[in-house]
Amino acid sequence: MLTVPMLEQTVQIVSNERDTDSYFRLVLRAPQIAPLIQPGQFAHVRVLPLKDALLRRPFSIFQVGRDTFSVLYKTIGKGTDALARMGQGEELSVIAPLGHGFTVPKRGGETPLLVAGGYGMAALYLLAQRSPQKGIVFVGGRKRIDILCEQEFQALGWDVRVTTEDGSHGEKGLVTKPLQAELKRRTKGRKLFACGPTGMLKAVGKIAGDLDVPAELSMDEHMCCGVGVCLTCVIPVKTGPALRDWEYQRTCTEGPVFDSRQVEWETVK
Amino acid sequence: MKSRVQSPKSKAPNAEDGVNLSVQIGGLTLPNPVMVASGTFGYGVEYVQLLDLNQLGAVVVKGIRLHPVRGNHTPRTVEVASGLINAIGLQGPGVDGFIKKYWPFLKTLKVPTIINIWGTTVEEYADVARRFDALGGVGALELNVSCPNIKAGGAQFGTDLRLIAQVVAACRKVTKLPLITKMSPNVVSIAPFARAAADAGSDALSIMNSYPAMAIDIETRQPKLANVTGGLTGPCIKPIAIKLVWEAASAVKIPVIGMGGIQDAADAIEFMVAGAAAVAVGTANFYEPQTPLQVIAGLRDFMERHGLKDVKEIIGSVAVKK
Repeated sequence: MLTVPMLEQTVQIVSNERDTDSYFRLVLRAPQIAPLIQPGQFAHVRVLPLKDALLRRPFSIFQVGRDTFSVLYKTIGKGTDALARMGQGEELSVIAPLGHGFTVPKRGGETPLLVAGGYGMAALYLLAQRSPQKGIVFVGGRKRIDILCEQEFQALGWDVRVTTEDGSHGEKGLVTKPLQAELKRRTKGRKLFACGPTGMLKAVGKIAGDLDVPAELSMDEHMCCGVGVCLTCVIPVKTGPALRDWEYQRTCTEGPVFDSRQVEWETVK
Repeated sequence: MKSRVQSPKSKAPNAEDGVNLSVQIGGLTLPNPVMVASGTFGYGVEYVQLLDLNQLGAVVVKGIRLHPVRGNHTPRTVEVASGLINAIGLQGPGVDGFIKKYWPFLKTLKVPTIINIWGTTVEEYADVARRFDALGGVGALELNVSCPNIKAGGAQFGTDLRLIAQVVAACRKVTKLPLITKMSPNVVSIAPFARAAADAGSDALSIMNSYPAMAIDIETRQPKLANVTGGLTGPCIKPIAIKLVWEAASAVKIPVIGMGGIQDAADAIEFMVAGAAAVAVGTANFYEPQTPLQVIAGLRDFMERHGLKDVKEIIGSVAVKK
């Protein structure tokens, strides 16, 4: 059974500031949680002022400090709207770190190619920061405003390639376009790490499968308990020696990061 | 930053302060009346890092049938005002998978483990009951005759007076373990169903399972659950559950375990006043895993405040004018 060290704590907001448009950066003081965090893990947050919306909200962990960690979120509903109204010194209940994250590349190993859609960038930052092997980050979004933390990745010394669907920033088109072009040049010794909407992950998974490049994907599923008991956030995963059969596995526990070859894409919506 | 865990570490549920929290469910003694509801606590092991399971009244595991079950397609749950609608479809490892994967941990617990079982035929219920009878060390069996989210089995048995009696009787025949029948709320009157289960040999009743429900996305006009409909749980169903517990407890002599939207000790005490001999915390485990321990601590405080020495003094104490 996969187990990760997790804590449930009430933590204080250090800052909660608008990044751009409807994106926010939330920094939490959590000295006991911060050292436990691995790239690709998430925090399950209960926004205490919400009265009739009961459930916690999962957020990919973005950056980690000595006593703090942060998340990058977009206001998309009741929970994130209420969160956006909170400020310094206010408290949130957090269960973290949760989930099975990315495999950090080894020095001299495969070159990591990161693929991010929108705020999927957030889940990949820590991986880039902790990887001794630098690589390329492909970032895609609908508009300029959806391209997050470009400078932060550049500051880590990574090659950042931007695409937007409307062409307002970087190359016009989908994030998979420059990725395919890059893989056409070379596939050997490269590995993909991706986080973003399911449609993008499916496309990246297909490219990885067609070109036989290993890929770790952080799957985005609607979540409820976050700790593996409710079986809400399941995705179909191939099982058995020949990977012929499949079963539903939990994004919160066996995931959120899965080996692309194990995902039963035919069944994924 | 302060620690969130507000469970009374310094005061165990049965501390030596002369307050008796223990209750009887059939032949099973629970150290305190606060259990967890099946399907909201996995197989216990998932929560070991977040709370001390040995402080609970009992651990109740997710429903198990003979064979592994893949479960429904996603989306499987949807949040609604003060509640949650789920249609998981009883995904599970089957009896063998459960025994191999989860029983080695569960059997080390000091508190009883109650196994929730189900089948698609009366015979399958009995087969599963027989397997757990043979396992040894099981606290009790909870017969799930009320899941609204599976095509065959579940609520099909719990909403038919003849079938509910057949399931209970078939299980009664193959085991001496205490049998708890988990009741459907989706009946015109619960009293005859409570009597049918009791007469067929059930030692206790769990009231209630989730209430059939639906939610629709008005933009896409599509149901929010892949299964179209699901079962409603959480604080919004509590008043329904309180009424059903009160009616069933008035109709039968066997103990009733009350559940449905319990978030704190006051909710749990309300169930007990209505007639519940024990309670189970369900959906709250999903958003606040400390809830069962907070309920135990709050129950103790209530008893101290009211000068009660035995938790049984609360059970069925509702003052309804005749």
